[in-house]
Amino acid sequence: MSYLKGTTVVMSQTNDAFAKAEPLDVDTAVSVRGVSKNYGEVEALKNLSLDFPRGQLTSLLGPSGCGKTTLLKIIAGLLEPTAGEIEIDGKKVTGPGPDRAFVFQDFALLPWANVMRNVSFGLELRGVAKSEREDIAQKYIDNVGLSGFEKAYPHELSGGMRQRVGLARALSVDAQVLLLDEPFSAVDEQNRRKFQEDMLELVRNENKTFLFVTHSIEEAVYVSDQIAILLPRPSRVSEVIRPSSFRGTNVENIRRSPEYLDIVDQIWASLRNYVE
Amino acid sequence: MINRSLGLKLLSAILVFGAWEIAGRIPVSFAFPTFLESMQALFVMTFDGSIFTAYGETLKPLAIGVGISAFFGIGIGLWVGLSERFDWLFSPIFIVMQAAPLAALIPILVMAYGIGLTSKVFVVCIMAMPVIVLNTASAVRNTPANIKDMGRSFLASDRDIILKIVIPAASPVIFSGLRLGISAGFIGAILSELKITPTGVGDIITYSRSIADYPSMYAAIFSIIVLAVLFLNLLEQIENVLFEGNNRGYVSD
Repeated sequence: MSYLKGTTVVMSQTNDAFAKAEPLDVDTAVSVRGVSKNYGEVEALKNLSLDFPRGQLTSLLGPSGCGKTTLLKIIAGLLEPTAGEIEIDGKKVTGPGPDRAFVFQDFALLPWANVMRNVSFGLELRGVAKSEREDIAQKYIDNVGLSGFEKAYPHELSGGMRQRVGLARALSVDAQVLLLDEPFSAVDEQNRRKFQEDMLELVRNENKTFLFVTHSIEEAVYVSDQIAILLPRPSRVSEVIRPSSFRGTNVENIRRSPEYLDIVDQIWASLRNYVE
Repeated sequence: MINRSLGLKLLSAILVFGAWEIAGRIPVSFAFPTFLESMQALFVMTFDGSIFTAYGETLKPLAIGVGISAFFGIGIGLWVGLSERFDWLFSPIFIVMQAAPLAALIPILVMAYGIGLTSKVFVVCIMAMPVIVLNTASAVRNTPANIKDMGRSFLASDRDIILKIVIPAASPVIFSGLRLGISAGFIGAILSELKITPTGVGDIITYSRSIADYPSMYAAIFSIIVLAVLFLNLLEQIENVLFEGNNRGYVSD
């Protein structure tokens, strides 16, 4: 299935219909098969399997220390799993690849480089010529709303703007899979809400697969097509929730939808025992 | 802000030179000239050109030694910081070098390399190199892991990571090592001229002292300090041009 690019009015209904009718056997972009990860004696992940549907946003949600970030870094190819494997479009992951781009919790910007260089850094590493990569970067700088800040350095930007740079950098390499590691946790509340709305639009307009790690229940329910609840020690997927009725309604209505509220309550009920 | 900092610098200079002038006038010692006498001697040396001839001699070992120390110091430092094995191999040498009483080692250097330029360059290097190597190594070792992860996830090769991430990230500490190393190199250059053979500025110092021309002696010492300060300022300017964004702290702060 593909997400429709079009006016919001038409889309809200079409998407709604799609969501309700959607079967669970959608095309899988990323699949995690029996992944375990040990740090010495500590088992961070144990025999974890999970599928990520193409073109959708899947959240990994769980209490701190449940290995969400570890799993994301294994998918990114930054960490080696102790056992098991990751497949992207049927190909086994052996390290970082051009099919994935990462958005970091602490932004991971180069402090000595301006916004333009930071956004185009991924393309620079791929050997794209300067004028070409700056054209692409400029497009994404405009997209994330940072026009006019091309020459600014990261320390001159607010937290929210820094993460927009991180997001633009990840978008500019045009990877099929976007890995977001608690991208909004270091951003203030108002900016976070704006980001969440922007995420919905991104998922709709960019035909990409989003893997989204968060510790915020509301955020996960708000932005996700699918929520995987991870429980700790050792980490396992306890359930997968697919919100259906409000995905595709107007963004203003999501937080008022009864299903949204129910899912938030249900997730909290299953997580509360694991909070220290 | 610039005017204020310039004002403070001038004030500090006036205080120091004023104290020097007063101490010279009391006088605290027969061998301690006033500031004005010293400046007068400096003018005389400048106009008869003797100070330039002297620096022609002094700058040779200084420039060669500082050049070698900066180039190899940063190179070895990178290597030591990136590889644990070379850390074990090289770090102790430089820690010993840094702690060694140099003046006591000079006779050995003279026996091995004679009284010429080689020995003097060695003295400059022994003074300058350890701090450059050790600073570079620790800066490289402490490159923020998240930026390296970022590089790897965006497909940086090992070479990209070193050139585009590790070195720029380490540059503030590398430059502070260079500043410390180069000022130690200035000390080394003068020390070698006092301890090995009196040439250049070391010769002015030794000779003026022997004929009790203290203003000239202090003028020579003053001029080398001024030169060192000017050079360090130049280095700071170079750093600011090369790594502009580093100038105002880290993003993660």
